[in-house]
Amino acid sequence: AFPKRVKVVEVGPRDGLQNEKNVVPTPVKINLINMLSETGLQVIEATSFVSPKWVPQMADHTEVMQGIKKLPGISYPVLTPNLKGFQAAVAAGAKEVSIFGAASELFTKKNINCSIEESLERFDEVMAAARAASVPVRGYVSCVLGCPYEGKISAAKVAEVSKKMYSMGCYEISLGDTIGIGTPGSMKEMLTAVMKEVPVGALAVHCHDTYGQALANILVALQMGVSVVDASVAGLGGCPYAQGASGNVATEDLVYMLNGLGIHTGVDLQKLMDTGTFICNALNRRTNSKVSQASCRL
Amino acid sequence: QESQASGLPDYVKIVEVGPRDGLQNEKVIVPTGIKIELINRLSKTGLPAVEVTSFVSSKWVPQMADHKEVMKGIERHPGVQYPVLTPNLQGFHSAIAAGATEVSVFGAASESFSKMNINCSIEESIEKFEEVAKSARNMNIPVRGYVSCALGCPYEGNIIPAKVAEVSKRLYSMGCYEISLGDTIGVGTPGSMKRMLEVVMKEIPLSALAVHCHDTYGQALANILTAIQMGVAVVDSSVAGLGGCPYAKGATGNVATEDVIYMLNGLGINTGVNLYAVMEAGNFICTALNKKTNSKVAQASFNTGVI
Repeated sequence: AFPKRVKVVEVGPRDGLQNEKNVVPTPVKINLINMLSETGLQVIEATSFVSPKWVPQMADHTEVMQGIKKLPGISYPVLTPNLKGFQAAVAAGAKEVSIFGAASELFTKKNINCSIEESLERFDEVMAAARAASVPVRGYVSCVLGCPYEGKISAAKVAEVSKKMYSMGCYEISLGDTIGIGTPGSMKEMLTAVMKEVPVGALAVHCHDTYGQALANILVALQMGVSVVDASVAGLGGCPYAQGASGNVATEDLVYMLNGLGIHTGVDLQKLMDTGTFICNALNRRTNSKVSQASCRL
Repeated sequence: QESQASGLPDYVKIVEVGPRDGLQNEKVIVPTGIKIELINRLSKTGLPAVEVTSFVSSKWVPQMADHKEVMKGIERHPGVQYPVLTPNLQGFHSAIAAGATEVSVFGAASESFSKMNINCSIEESIEKFEEVAKSARNMNIPVRGYVSCALGCPYEGNIIPAKVAEVSKRLYSMGCYEISLGDTIGVGTPGSMKRMLEVVMKEIPLSALAVHCHDTYGQALANILTAIQMGVAVVDSSVAGLGGCPYAKGATGNVATEDVIYMLNGLGINTGVNLYAVMEAGNFICTALNKKTNSKVAQASFNTGVI
């Protein structure tokens, strides 16, 4: 049986834009987030408090955080890679933050030049500060169904890292198929292992559609009781590991499927599509959402 | 073993519809030689069935005007079926004369769609197919039945599962060995797929059912997964996701064979098909059509070298 309600976590303004080639002006980012706030989405990942040297797209994090209309009942989490980022985020008005781990040693080494263990130790400071400030922290685990460097990732490793992050105090663990290589088979195997260590109510899936498997993978996760799903409006964000390939699953396509399953999301699909149209025009690109493409009806 | 433990079939038959359903919905008219080359390449991938062409009047479907030449020109690999569409008795005889050894007939679960598409009611179309089925039976030619609009109609909107079951049953009782249930405009979701199959499965044995999902709303793989979880073991797909949707301008149509196989491989389900060979056939036809593939697996693989 499927969950009756699913919380959709919109990652377009952060994960989506971060992987788009064109740098988006601050007012466009703010308008995007404001439009998303009108769609019924309850969680909108706003930006990343990371050094602009690493992620130029997110250089305007403070202005974005301060510029958006924060509607009541909506959460606007931001990424904070370290204590400095956390402090800047809170100073800019952030009320929820996210930290990133990975289930692959090689990916961690290539990405942030340390081991998984070391990366989590760095977050100890963030967790302590967050606890003191009563700021909830969401944990992401990358490469849960495969790694661009290591290839296959064991479900046990994903469970281990997820458990660690959960016990550090993350209220939710978002399991990311970073290169979209997973299938319903590997999703099921991975979730079975993770659900032994982390309650299913604290789990989310973050599926990339690089191999077209995202909705099928999400379907399996839902069947296993997961009720939080990350997605990106218009499927913003390519895959940095596969040139020209797609990345995030499109929020519109996800909501279409959930609607068809009679699962409540609170999201207005038409308003969501309109938001997707807006950002695609601003980025001068076509949407990656099939629902959006199809809606030029008879 | 992995697939059996999860209640999934351990083998799924893939019916490749690219050369017919795919090309029929592509704007560019493809030269006969290219069609033949595509089919020959597909024959070498392990696919058990490749839908070759349609013996329909060239006035209606110009893309399929060369049906005789294509049928006569292709290499016939042992163990591979080469069905062709035959809308009526005339088309059937023409197909047999050209060497066809399996045919398909197309019904619909929607009166409006039937009227708009083939200018007759569902009942009238069934009568025409009965003539084909009768001749086919006499000649030991297997007939596959298609039911369009199984999850929704571009004219009527919602389609009730009982109607799909009724039309399926008519096709099955006239002798069709398999009924392919088509989500013609891709509007279906796992919810509507499940409801429709539950009703149809009361009338048609599971082993005689196939699903033909369009990816117009990105739902195809999720819908196919749902069908497989319910025991369906035959899936139609189109190499490179050839074939747009004639009812939604610019939208996609058929689900890509490569993406289906990728999913089935990941589920431990055997298909007998070499994914890489299909990607190469897809690359061939996309180059010939001067278009980008609609297969995400192909897009991702050709850029990283990783499968």
